[in-house]
Amino acid sequence: MLIKRSEDIPSSDITPESTYLNRRKFIAGFGLGGALGSSMIRSQFDSAKVLEDEFSRTQKDWSRVRSDLDEELNSYEDVTTYNNFYEFGTGKDDPAKNSHTLKPHPWNIEVDGLCAKRGTYGLEEFIKPRNMEDRVYRLRCVEAWSMVIPWYGFSLKEVIDWAEPLGSARYIEFTSLYNLEQMPMQRSFVLEWPYVEGLRLDEARHPLTILVTGVYGRELPNQNGAPLRLIVPWKYGFKGIKSIVKIRFTETQPLNTWQQSTPREYGFYANVNPGVDHPRWSQARERRLGELRKRPTLMFNGYGEQVANLYSGMDLRLNF
Amino acid sequence: MWLGGLTPATWLAWRFVTGRLGANPIEEILHRLGGTALIFLLATLSVTPIRSLTGWNSIIQVRRTLGLFSFFYLTMHFLVYAILDQTLDWEFIIEDLTERRYIIVGFTGWVLLIPLAVTSTKKWIRKLGKRWQRLHRLVYISTALGVAHFYWQVKADTYWPLVATAVLVALMLFRFQIWINRRPLDPGSKQLKQSVNSPKDL
Ligand code: HEM
Repeated sequence: MLIKRSEDIPSSDITPESTYLNRRKFIAGFGLGGALGSSMIRSQFDSAKVLEDEFSRTQKDWSRVRSDLDEELNSYEDVTTYNNFYEFGTGKDDPAKNSHTLKPHPWNIEVDGLCAKRGTYGLEEFIKPRNMEDRVYRLRCVEAWSMVIPWYGFSLKEVIDWAEPLGSARYIEFTSLYNLEQMPMQRSFVLEWPYVEGLRLDEARHPLTILVTGVYGRELPNQNGAPLRLIVPWKYGFKGIKSIVKIRFTETQPLNTWQQSTPREYGFYANVNPGVDHPRWSQARERRLGELRKRPTLMFNGYGEQVANLYSGMDLRLNF
Repeated sequence: MWLGGLTPATWLAWRFVTGRLGANPIEEILHRLGGTALIFLLATLSVTPIRSLTGWNSIIQVRRTLGLFSFFYLTMHFLVYAILDQTLDWEFIIEDLTERRYIIVGFTGWVLLIPLAVTSTKKWIRKLGKRWQRLHRLVYISTALGVAHFYWQVKADTYWPLVATAVLVALMLFRFQIWINRRPLDPGSKQLKQSVNSPKDL
């Protein structure tokens, strides 16, 4: 397991060494060792009671982990019981309550469009060559609440480099699972299914953009978008498409689901921006879960130094 | 009646004390109070239709209590918004009250109910006479504003706001029907006139 340090990522975005070492010990404790997705950890954990202390030790270490702005993490419980995943209902607690119907194993990822590596890949083979790491990011929902979350995953750039997009590819489009048995609320007409999201290729290649397979060092729970989801920390949460089954390289800008649903309110870019309000509510402040007083929202969710240059010369009021 | 009216508040308080309001307790309280208030408003408006459909006359006695509970929950809803949600940051509250459509209509709905709550006593009913009924018809407007407020604050799932709209429309149609049926009779029929004059009828 290799921690890749990139110039662009403040070092505190990356797991502190102590946690990392403990994680290795924790993983080694299962006799697995080496590079592996955390997917196997929990199933092992469930069946082996002896390992619980080891696990709680790693958990304790999370309490010392901070974000790049020295913020505390939100609890595992907050992260896994309060979120939006309309495929399982529109209440914030619906995903946790209803997502048990999702079957993230086995899982296939289809790679399609303008690239050399078109084809369908099993999740394990898709993930295996990637450099997994913990990344602590702020997540800012378009509804003006936020959390700080330790994701586990790898740079999307690795996938793009591997897929060898053609020169004509300018965007990348993601599609979620569409399956009425596993995602019963797709019977409702709240949104058009399947959920679709997209990024400009330079945004997708940015070192902060990751594909996620875990959180808090554990396998990603169903409600958070198992087995594979996107995280783009300087954009509103809805860009972080969950339970991805397809990645496609395109020449034209993908039409993402929320824009398709309400183009006046949700755009393609969806960069966190305290200066551009949602037509119905203010984006100037946000409630960090667990805090009483709202805090000011930061431009690009606090990642402006790293990403602002992607948008130089663009009118962010028009490209909201 | 009082027991029923206080159950939602007690339940919320209990979950608050035991920390069972989820990851975003302020939002949960705010939403539950708003939803409860709206249910009470619609229940208040259902009293007259239920009475005339079933002939269950004594039900009229709970109408005032229902109305006052609506006002109680709405006031709590507003206070939670101002104190817990906005932590009394006036700059932002004023921005909300002047710029956010859903807040403007909700606030108007609540303000309109204040005179109704104040004049809900027997003394005021006697004092205002016929004007009391006209004043208290404002509750339809308040409820309609509350429903619009509800509709505008949801992100995409308009299911419950639409259910509330349907209930309100049905209640209003019923109301109109009573007025229409009565009007031609009004001048001739002393008995009906009397019943219209009684504030308890509206
Ligand atoms: C007739 C008056 C009102 C009614 C019937 C009403 C009802 C509601 C309902 C049903 C909800 C949504 C609950 C849910 O989603 O489960 C709500 C949300 C809300 N109401 Fe009201 N309300 C009224 C007045 C007000 C007033 C006066 C304010 C503040 C000035 C206010 C502020 C809010 C806020 C901030 C939300 C939550 C918005 C969000 O979470 O994004 N409401 N209200």
